[in-house]
Amino acid sequence: MPTVTEVDELCEAVARAGTVAAVGSRTHWEVGGPAPAGDDVTLVHAPAGIVTYDPADLTVTVAAGTRSDELAAVLAAEGQESVLDPRDPAATVGGLLATGLSGPRRLRHGPLRDRVLEVRFVTADGRVVKGGGPTVKNVSGFDLPRLLVGSFGRVGVLVQVTLRCQPLPARAEWFVTPADPFALRRELYRPSCLLWDGSRTHVLLEGVAADVAAERARVDGAEAATAPALPVGPHRGRISVRPSALRELAPVLDTVGARWAAEVGVGTVHVATDDETALDGARAAAVAAGGWLLREAGAPGLDGFGGTLPNAKLMGRVLDAFDPGSKLSPGRLPVEAAGG
Amino acid sequence: MIDDSRALLADLQSVLGPDRARAEPLELALYARDAGVARGRAAVVCFPETGAQVADAVRVAARHDRPFVARGSGTGLAGGATPVDDPLVIVTTRLNRVLEVDAEERYAWVEPGVLNLDLSREVAHLGLHYAPDPSSQQACTIGGNVATNAGGPHCLASGVTATHVLALEVVLADGSVAMLGGLAPDHPGLDLRGCFVGSEGTMGIATRIAVRLTPDPPVVRTLLLDFTSIEDAAATVSGIIAAGIVPAALEMMDAEITRAVEAYVGAGYPRDAAAVLLVELDGLDGGVAHQVDAVERVGLEHGARTVRIAADDAERALLWKGRKSAFGAIARIAPDYYLHDAVVPRTKLVEVLRQVYAIAHEQRLTMMNVFHAGDGNLHPLIVFDAREPGVWERVHRAGDEILAACVAAGGVLSGEHGIGLEKREAMPLVFSADDLDAQARLRDAFDPSGRANPRKVLPRGSRCGELQRVPEGAWI
Repeated sequence: MPTVTEVDELCEAVARAGTVAAVGSRTHWEVGGPAPAGDDVTLVHAPAGIVTYDPADLTVTVAAGTRSDELAAVLAAEGQESVLDPRDPAATVGGLLATGLSGPRRLRHGPLRDRVLEVRFVTADGRVVKGGGPTVKNVSGFDLPRLLVGSFGRVGVLVQVTLRCQPLPARAEWFVTPADPFALRRELYRPSCLLWDGSRTHVLLEGVAADVAAERARVDGAEAATAPALPVGPHRGRISVRPSALRELAPVLDTVGARWAAEVGVGTVHVATDDETALDGARAAAVAAGGWLLREAGAPGLDGFGGTLPNAKLMGRVLDAFDPGSKLSPGRLPVEAAGG
Repeated sequence: MIDDSRALLADLQSVLGPDRARAEPLELALYARDAGVARGRAAVVCFPETGAQVADAVRVAARHDRPFVARGSGTGLAGGATPVDDPLVIVTTRLNRVLEVDAEERYAWVEPGVLNLDLSREVAHLGLHYAPDPSSQQACTIGGNVATNAGGPHCLASGVTATHVLALEVVLADGSVAMLGGLAPDHPGLDLRGCFVGSEGTMGIATRIAVRLTPDPPVVRTLLLDFTSIEDAAATVSGIIAAGIVPAALEMMDAEITRAVEAYVGAGYPRDAAAVLLVELDGLDGGVAHQVDAVERVGLEHGARTVRIAADDAERALLWKGRKSAFGAIARIAPDYYLHDAVVPRTKLVEVLRQVYAIAHEQRLTMMNVFHAGDGNLHPLIVFDAREPGVWERVHRAGDEILAACVAAGGVLSGEHGIGLEKREAMPLVFSADDLDAQARLRDAFDPSGRANPRKVLPRGSRCGELQRVPEGAWI
């Protein structure tokens, strides 16, 4: 349980600090632009723990420093989940939301930002602000939760969030098939994941056993499989392109020497390379396909996003409104402040 | 002021064409309010036909330092489209083209004036539909849905408008055009698209909208359960969720509204029920069969008198027609109604409903409830005759008390109608001064001029040091 004192201390620390970086489990530390470095950086930790959980409401309120696997265990004990699905289960809820990285079941369950109902964050001047609300449906006021998800700590330090939960599926089954993943996307009803590596596709089906079996039976050459690992390597990134661009993008990624796994129907491609140049090549391929590549790990020579962000001026005004002195993890989301 | 409006009108007519901007008294009266109760006054009304014309109109408003209010069909219930501060009203209903449908990638680009149901009709032959389905879906526009982050019965499982909007082309208050979001799953930087949805026209005007299209489920079953007490019906709702089932839709209607609807459409609802639940389950064969059994079991355990499963699509459509005609049915009972919208945690439904009826009883008002029970979204509906002396005071008092009861139970001010003018002064019930200041900062970052739909959503005094920040020449 977070205590008032903890959040109070955090507020004071943020208000006093010259530059602030929020630290969780450091599993997402290298995602995006570089973390603040230097002597004047104050590292702050959000509190951890479940605040309230009523399974019958299908919502859970959790302190942002809580590890996602600990949250998952608490929910699973009641037959529920919040579908955070981080690559590394040690990730904290706050770190995951700050980077906004959705998990591989997005095809069925939607992006991470759709799971967040309420946020509480500490502002640059050390106040606690609440946005959204604790109920599953809410249009009271502007959508601060969506502003915070994927803001890389630039708007405020997340201290507490309320998440939507859902019943765990009765059955979840992976299989692998050489079938065309785009045809699978057309033919299967709401698969949870179609992860394509260029030759084979790992498919995740969730539902009651009879439906899972019946859907699987419709796929040629389906073989039982375990959950696939995402590509690993010293340099990693995540491409975002419109789903129809994947077919053309895939051979280019092979050419530049990237290992990749594409979420068909979503447009996310997980990329890993042995050298930085190859990741840069993957970024160029993503840009050519109308998308972009977010640096997730390694590749210190690459910037986090690759070029100027769209709507930089508008984003600058938003950041300036919340953090006029650019003290909150300024390099993480490199938008030029509008300067009033 | 009148001369100023003449100059505004003349400028708009020269930019948009003489037929596309008007200021005749009858026209202005038509646009003085939406479907809510608040009445305002428009200075000029214009009817652009393209996104470029919307931007032109906004630029003219900027030159005249004039507020502007975007308006679709005007079905909003919270006064979000009510003109305040003598604004230019920009009507988007002529931007009504479906620009592109991609069945493979499952999205459509639409203009803001496309009617919600028209989009689903247009893509039906592809086995797709647009999931958010507000009860006004035959009349409301997708642009208006974006502004209010509209919901509907089927948002229980599939999510409200914000989860179905992929990208937005918007005109900001200075007349510049920005593309927010995109067809790729993530977009670099802040989720400006997410901020814009539900901003009730205070951040700009959407001129093109990319929405996600949802595949039609292979199997759909609609069940009607009826109860002899509203508590049993509410307990069934909790029981269904507790059984690990999130239906596609889970709607409740109380005794009064059930009788009214039955008299109006003859859907076969039991006239003597204290409450009915309309439950829709969809998906694949096995899962739906399992859920139908479970809902039936939970219902019977909680005292359901009958569980009727619609035999075919025609019966299913009839049951839904009853639900969606609820507000038409009211007109036969009393000339006026006031529809509320608040959300409580699902576990508090029984307790809050009891309080809501007690409040109505105390204020000697007729109250009906027809609502999205599955997500705790209450719609208490007060029917009355406005000619009765003193009735408005009691209606408002009851409304305030209902809202307070919902908030006290851990609820929020609105589930899908929005804040608009109606609930702006209630915002401090759920938000602190710091919370409201943060919302004002976000709004002002989108529109530093404060001319985009002024005075909506945020209560007076939301900004720290608000008085110092009012721009020169603003109507205070």
